[in-house]
Amino acid sequence: MEKIQKLIEEHVGYLIVLTILIISVAGLVEIVPLMFQKSTTEAIPGVKPYNALQLAGRDVYLREGCYNCHSQMIRPFRAEVERYGHYSVAGESVYDHPFQWGSKRTGPDLARVGGRYSDEWHRVHLMNPRDVVPESNMPAFWWLANNKLEGSRVVASMTALRKVGVPYTDGDIKDAPAAVEGKTEMDAVIAYLQGLGLALKNVR
Amino acid sequence: MEDFSSGFWGIYIAAIVVISLAGLLYLLRSQSVVKLPKGQKADVTGHKWDDDLEEYNNPLPRWWMWLFYLTIFFAIGYLVLYPGLVVWKGSNNWTAAGQFKQERDKKDAEIKPLYDKFMQQDVVAVSKSTEAREIGQRLFMTYCIQCHGSDAHGAKGFPNLTDDDWLYGGSPEKIVETISNGRGGQMPAFGAQFGEEGVKDVANHVLKIAGKKFDAERATRGEANFKTVCAACHGPDGKGNQAIGAPNLTDKTWLYGGSETTIIETITNGRKNYMPAWKEFLGDAKVHLLAGYVYGLSHQEGEAAKAK
Repeated sequence: MEKIQKLIEEHVGYLIVLTILIISVAGLVEIVPLMFQKSTTEAIPGVKPYNALQLAGRDVYLREGCYNCHSQMIRPFRAEVERYGHYSVAGESVYDHPFQWGSKRTGPDLARVGGRYSDEWHRVHLMNPRDVVPESNMPAFWWLANNKLEGSRVVASMTALRKVGVPYTDGDIKDAPAAVEGKTEMDAVIAYLQGLGLALKNVR
Repeated sequence: MEDFSSGFWGIYIAAIVVISLAGLLYLLRSQSVVKLPKGQKADVTGHKWDDDLEEYNNPLPRWWMWLFYLTIFFAIGYLVLYPGLVVWKGSNNWTAAGQFKQERDKKDAEIKPLYDKFMQQDVVAVSKSTEAREIGQRLFMTYCIQCHGSDAHGAKGFPNLTDDDWLYGGSPEKIVETISNGRGGQMPAFGAQFGEEGVKDVANHVLKIAGKKFDAERATRGEANFKTVCAACHGPDGKGNQAIGAPNLTDKTWLYGGSETTIIETITNGRKNYMPAWKEFLGDAKVHLLAGYVYGLSHQEGEAAKAK
């Protein structure tokens, strides 16, 4: 034992290697196996990659930092499930890079907001949240209605996501610019929100 | 276990966990067998840094050592009880989903008699019960206020529920139907068909039947279009049709606003909105209680009125 101690103390290379080995144990046990687990790598039935418009909306969602106030993970507690619907499962997030789980809830969780309100509600609410919810302290996002989407950006997003495993076909990517032609960022965000969490919407 | 792509991963996890625990135990033990007799100073380890910096070979402090042992025994106990090793499910068969289900089932069973009691009453009776109103209000505050407002007065495009003026009917059955299945309201756009001037004319006819200030000349011109086109849904006299949710245009209630500008906007671009269906999400009992609450908002007599 003394020899080992001497060796580690006198040769910094051993110190580095052995330190890395020790601190990697938790990762080897807790992280690596996740990549070989069906529940974390396979989409559950009903979960599909975002279409071009939804994906553009997701990019706006990320850009505007919606995640700073809205989580997208319903925890498996009764109170949460009563309010938002079925608790979130990993198989719903396999096409999310990066996922939007979060734990900061200034606003409500949005994991299952899809279909909960009408498109018109979202439009009014994003233009000025106080028009429908007077108590709301969410900022207004009226400029989204003025910004037109750029097809090339969606293509770039889809190409990048394909590299990390989202199964977009060449056809999907080719048709993307046409799908977002003439649409605003407002349309895109609403399409994105309306698609969230539908796979387990009415499952108790 | 069956969740993994192969059986290897269970063994992989279990092996690393067991080996590291055993390794820690060995290390701890090897470093704590030597006890220093009282009054004696520990030797130095023998290696020096920076000419004169040396290290005493003191045994581990006892309190610290026992704490370390404690954490290891805790880990072993935990791995026996809970599914930490994958190859072993844990002696109490715990899962996150199972814990959730247990929590929910317990509460559901607790609430069921209460819900059953109100399910046996009709909506009108529920609307008069203070207890049911309190439950209904909490449900309303959770699921409904985003559109209808915490005071249930609604907003532009989202109906006021307190005025006893109904798009689809305000009988208890209709309210239950609306909450259960949702509603979809759509008015087509007539901007292209009527033309800019035509829309203004029709709008003035609407202002006329609504009893507002109007331009008589325009209203007369707009009447023909109203009687042939708008009347299909709103009726020839503009009284609306609750069967299809076409609003009554002759009362003081306006879903989107009753100014000339807004009416022109409505006729030109149409309107489209819907209320989602809640039956599947909430279940019949909560729909029933909500219906009672909503009914009570515009029928405040008896017990319900006192509660307010």
